[in-house]
Amino acid sequence: MRHERELRGTAAIVGVAESDLGEVGPGVNALDLAEQAAGRALDDAGLRSTDVDAVFSHSAFYPMPTVVLAERMGIRPRYSDSTATGGSSFLAHLRHATAAIDAGLCEVALIAYGSNQRSASGGLVSSGQNQVPSYETPFGPRLPVSAYALAAARHMHEFGTTREHLAEVAVAARRWAQLNPAAFERGELSIDDVLGARTVSSPLTVRDCCLVTDGGGAVVVTSAERARDLAKPPVHYLGGAEAHEHMSISQMADLTVTSASVTGPRAFELAGLTPSDVDVVELYDAFTINTLLFLEDLGFCAKGEAGDFVADGGIAPGGHLPVNTNGGGLSYCHPGMYGIFTLIESTRQLRGEAGDRQVADAHVALAHGNGGMLSSQVTVLLGDDSVV
Amino acid sequence: MTDDVPEAAGDRAGLPGAPAAPPGQQCGPDAAYQALLAEDVLAFQACGACSTAVFPPRGRCSACGADALHWRASAGVGSVYSTTALTPREKPAYSVVLVDLDEGFRMMSRVDDAAVAIDDRVQVRFSHEGDRVLPVFETTEAAR
Repeated sequence: MRHERELRGTAAIVGVAESDLGEVGPGVNALDLAEQAAGRALDDAGLRSTDVDAVFSHSAFYPMPTVVLAERMGIRPRYSDSTATGGSSFLAHLRHATAAIDAGLCEVALIAYGSNQRSASGGLVSSGQNQVPSYETPFGPRLPVSAYALAAARHMHEFGTTREHLAEVAVAARRWAQLNPAAFERGELSIDDVLGARTVSSPLTVRDCCLVTDGGGAVVVTSAERARDLAKPPVHYLGGAEAHEHMSISQMADLTVTSASVTGPRAFELAGLTPSDVDVVELYDAFTINTLLFLEDLGFCAKGEAGDFVADGGIAPGGHLPVNTNGGGLSYCHPGMYGIFTLIESTRQLRGEAGDRQVADAHVALAHGNGGMLSSQVTVLLGDDSVV
Repeated sequence: MTDDVPEAAGDRAGLPGAPAAPPGQQCGPDAAYQALLAEDVLAFQACGACSTAVFPPRGRCSACGADALHWRASAGVGSVYSTTALTPREKPAYSVVLVDLDEGFRMMSRVDDAAVAIDDRVQVRFSHEGDRVLPVFETTEAAR
């Protein structure tokens, strides 16, 4: 059997786009946004819907999402993948697309997502109805936030992490968002603002929680060979890894160690890179604790030290590591499942298209997706032509 | 499939008052757990092959895969692994907790006290709420 390492550099992201973001109003639905993002991403790549032979999607708004989207766009795919691991799905889709392209199962893969949760409901619309009994909801957790609050409380207990450390993550995200015209929240935000906001599920306040917005995103992937002839510089797939160990937070063995501790090292090994090689980092920041956990688990700092790592603007513009340069789920956009936006922003940074928030000399990006209650973790390493 | 009721429900040896499934019906792991809970028994499963304490209930051991789970009654005593306080407008504040039971399994539960802390010792209390029984917890005298 071949080693997965051989997938390095075989496929590339050649088109990315967002749909309209923020609050689109009652006249636009989730499928409209997925279609809009997909169309724009194909335009970005210089491809047409008739070039697409593989569709990847996940949705909390409509079942059989690849089938629905393909009908809307007139695509007749020979490969279809609705892997549903929450917000991490779209990074898993990229890994699956890379493998499928390498195996000859398809050539041009479209990964797309759309959600109008803000306009439709004003709150999080999460995946699927649960028809099996819950051993958690009868006790009154406010999910998902209480699950992440339990992890934050444990991290504070074990490592002395403080609420100020958590607030640093929200403030850094806001400072990046202030450089991104597409970001939803761009107003001033201080540590005291975060600490003084309404507590949702202690220790997390509403400013420790991601936004509730509308929005869609799409990514077009093809073989490295075909990518060379397309409109934009290719952003190469260098390595990726998926893992999950639980669905319910009560089944997570150690609330301070996520499966990113598995996916990070595996993805770096496949890519032949280390954390010090990464120029820009895009993490799924559903809550401020996520960023701390993932910085540790992915190897950017030691376990328990992420509080110090983010202190004093460590991950804000001008800090020692650029993290969530679009403003993240906390300040840019969070339409229920955020994962695809980590790929979009990574691609723009590696192409040098990120405007005022552009990280200088960005050649390697790490995108990390989270799904469920710190459940599913997917890490992808991407690079420009200089690293393949 | 209707003949294997005892198999599907697991071995309830040592659990007083454990009800059997009605004739002709199967009783899956969750239904068996709920039936025991209705009798104020907090049940978990122990693996006959690897001794792991398993919760929530399931068909096979999730540690080793053996088809050897046996029902056990928990003493309902443990320590708080983590806690988060919620303060709804319409009712008193409460904490959602993860409890590590002394038998070696973890569960989510509720403590009707927003000040419960990690490492506090807690004891189960069967709260009859409407048509269901919830295993909630209270801090014990030795807690603080």
